[in-house]
Amino acid sequence: MPGHHIIVGGGLAGLTAAMKLAEQGEQVDLFSIVPVKRSHSVCAQGGINGAVNTKGEGDSPMIHFDDSIYGGDFLAHQPPVKAMCEAAPAIIYLFDRMGVMFNRTPEGLLDFRRFGGTKHHRTAFAGATTGQQLLYALDEQVRRYEAAGLVRKFEGWEMLSLVQDESGNCRGIVAIDTRSLEMQAFPADTTLIATGGPGLVFGRSTQSLVCTGSAVSACYQAGTTYANGEFVQVHPTAMQGEDKNRLISESIRGEGGRVWTYRDGKPWYFLEDMYPAYGNLVPRDIATRAIHKVVYEMKLGVDGNPLVYLDVSHLDPEELQRKVAGVLEIYEKFAGQDPRKVPMKIFPAMHYSMGGLWVDYHQQTNVPGLFAAGECDFQYHGANRLGANSLLSCIHAGNICEPAMINYAKSHKSAASSQIFDQELKRQRESFDHIFKLSGPENAFAVWRELGDIMTENVTVVRYNDKLKATDNKLLELKDRWSRIGLNDKGKWANQEVLFVRQLWNMLELARPMTLGALNRNESRGAHYKPDFPERDDQNFMKTTMAAWSSDGPRFSWEPVDVSLIKPRPRRYDIEKSAA
Amino acid sequence: MAEKTQVLRIKRQETPNSEPYYEEFEVPYLPHHNIVSMLMEIRRNPVTRQGKRVAPPVFNANCLEEVCGACTMVINGRVRQACSQLANSLHGPVTVEPMTKFPVVRDLWVDRSTMFASLKKARAWIPIDGTYDLGPGPKVAPEVQQFAYLFSRCMTCGCCLEACPQINSHSKFMGASVIGQVYLMSQHPTGKMNLEERLAAMMGEGGVADCGNAQNCVEVCPKEIPLTTAISAIGRQTTIKWLRDLFMK
Repeated sequence: MPGHHIIVGGGLAGLTAAMKLAEQGEQVDLFSIVPVKRSHSVCAQGGINGAVNTKGEGDSPMIHFDDSIYGGDFLAHQPPVKAMCEAAPAIIYLFDRMGVMFNRTPEGLLDFRRFGGTKHHRTAFAGATTGQQLLYALDEQVRRYEAAGLVRKFEGWEMLSLVQDESGNCRGIVAIDTRSLEMQAFPADTTLIATGGPGLVFGRSTQSLVCTGSAVSACYQAGTTYANGEFVQVHPTAMQGEDKNRLISESIRGEGGRVWTYRDGKPWYFLEDMYPAYGNLVPRDIATRAIHKVVYEMKLGVDGNPLVYLDVSHLDPEELQRKVAGVLEIYEKFAGQDPRKVPMKIFPAMHYSMGGLWVDYHQQTNVPGLFAAGECDFQYHGANRLGANSLLSCIHAGNICEPAMINYAKSHKSAASSQIFDQELKRQRESFDHIFKLSGPENAFAVWRELGDIMTENVTVVRYNDKLKATDNKLLELKDRWSRIGLNDKGKWANQEVLFVRQLWNMLELARPMTLGALNRNESRGAHYKPDFPERDDQNFMKTTMAAWSSDGPRFSWEPVDVSLIKPRPRRYDIEKSAA
Repeated sequence: MAEKTQVLRIKRQETPNSEPYYEEFEVPYLPHHNIVSMLMEIRRNPVTRQGKRVAPPVFNANCLEEVCGACTMVINGRVRQACSQLANSLHGPVTVEPMTKFPVVRDLWVDRSTMFASLKKARAWIPIDGTYDLGPGPKVAPEVQQFAYLFSRCMTCGCCLEACPQINSHSKFMGASVIGQVYLMSQHPTGKMNLEERLAAMMGEGGVADCGNAQNCVEVCPKEIPLTTAISAIGRQTTIKWLRDLFMK
């Protein structure tokens, strides 16, 4: 008898798992707040890594593996990263077969470009909308299985909580229809969380509006371990906006774009100056800190503002059109200037969470029957993710979920009592009744802005222990003020405010393991940088932060990192990378 | 001097079957504001120009970079994505309305699930043998890739349906978007193999023959997809198939 699985989230990871499970004849219920084709994966621009070695550079999955571990500053468990890099070429070929219009060489083969933190042309790309193209290919394959009756889509539904049995095993979820606000419990043999990142915890980020981290937070509050929450990637090149910060892809630098600002009246290409070995293609944490230094310490921001230039005006416009038009169009549309002629003005912005739900090497969380894949898992990127490894990790994690979920379903068939579903449904109904009664002076969206401001100021690029402590105090204050929110919308149909109020609580809960995880880690590693502790400290901190929710705040424990394959060594980008 | 402001006149509708009405809001003018960021501003203080505290306007938006298609609305009479409509190119009060060719869920949120149903009907996917490792895909000439890529950027946003005079309560026309996707599949070496079954869908109810050649679709497409090229190519191929089916029977 086929297993029955729930997948929450319809981005690359969720759709990959849905396709793989349906291919095996399993039944899938797919939940997504937005129609899956509008998931945040569409925002990924630059490409997907895989050491296909079509450029005669001697690239190999082992070099990809070493670049990824080194780029992640030796915080990722090494065996799963190795498996991902080995799987990468076949993943790219599969998507090619599914019809993704990857850019081609004159011979008609897949073209590859360079990205940060590597010396090889390893990134396959479809213009500069690669995430969108990969997502659409999966959307099509999953629609094929939907037509065949194996996948049921619940679009416009939001997951509220897990349903767990007496032993703590996950037995399904409770979800809400965002139109009718009707809640329902859904039983399943296994549940996969594939809900992406928590960008909205930082207010304005490069992430989409659905990326609240709310589903992940609900799992965390139900006893799922949240790991390495303090590792937050700030992308060096984004446009600052009122509603979000729009990503300007690393592929711009991969194709020859240069970062500079004026010094003594002349352009200063400071990344090329500071990091001659990698230049503009240093990893993101390195480029972001360099921009911060130039702007805040050296006071060399463009016109005194926190901005520097990203310049493609010296490059061939035809080649730009073929390879990165999608990115340049975004800049042109939102800045009103043609980046082919005028340098773009950019600044770093929160982009990606390396941290996420703790999973084993088969993507299962510490809650039996609950799996996680994609940005919402912690597994593949250590302390800093290399560009174009995220699409890869989403798809790879979605792939390897499939056998693990099927095996779990086979060996855990005993039917759960209907009582646990009724209980959880009742708990969620009461929680919404409570929110509907809120009638204080606070506005949920204004509280959210305060959350975003303080997290962006203190828990991104540069971290100080006193400010991290102050941030946690502020989080407690905001949680207190949450109970004094007043609802403007009391309607029982398509009420987005009431849904947001609940998401906001979950964001506040999730912000604490991020902030306190950073406070605990007295070293600098990858994206986590403390000026008071400027060195990496392998002796004390080469370990995974594990946060467990409790009513008095997160409880921390640590797990050693599996460094059995590549011996840790200092990470530098001003000189050539030494051999592993 | 008073602070510069922008007036938004929003068409609202509480439920799918209730009467629509308009409400006006005034938000501080910021040059980098767009329609979505102004709607977000209103959410922080949902008070109309008349000083009435109301429910914040309900709307769909996600990526805010014009790649997901979610925030498609009718702005000053023209359908487009709200996120990329900047404040500094607006003059005077701006009217924001939901699309008219789809059922309203609430306020600016419409239900476009018919578009995804059309993709299912048209079998718009590449029927691969399996997801296991079968080696590299077919070679594709760079020119073919560049041309096909134009069509692969369709966000299923619905602008082409909103602007199409053939889409109305008396017609079942599926619209230009899905025809573009059928054409895209026919550009791929593997997708080509199953062209017949997709053409069959295009010859059925609501298919390509319902196009009235108004060419509004190509005018409003935010991604400038050459939809009329796809419509005429698929139209030609369905005619050939029709004749062939006729004589082969």
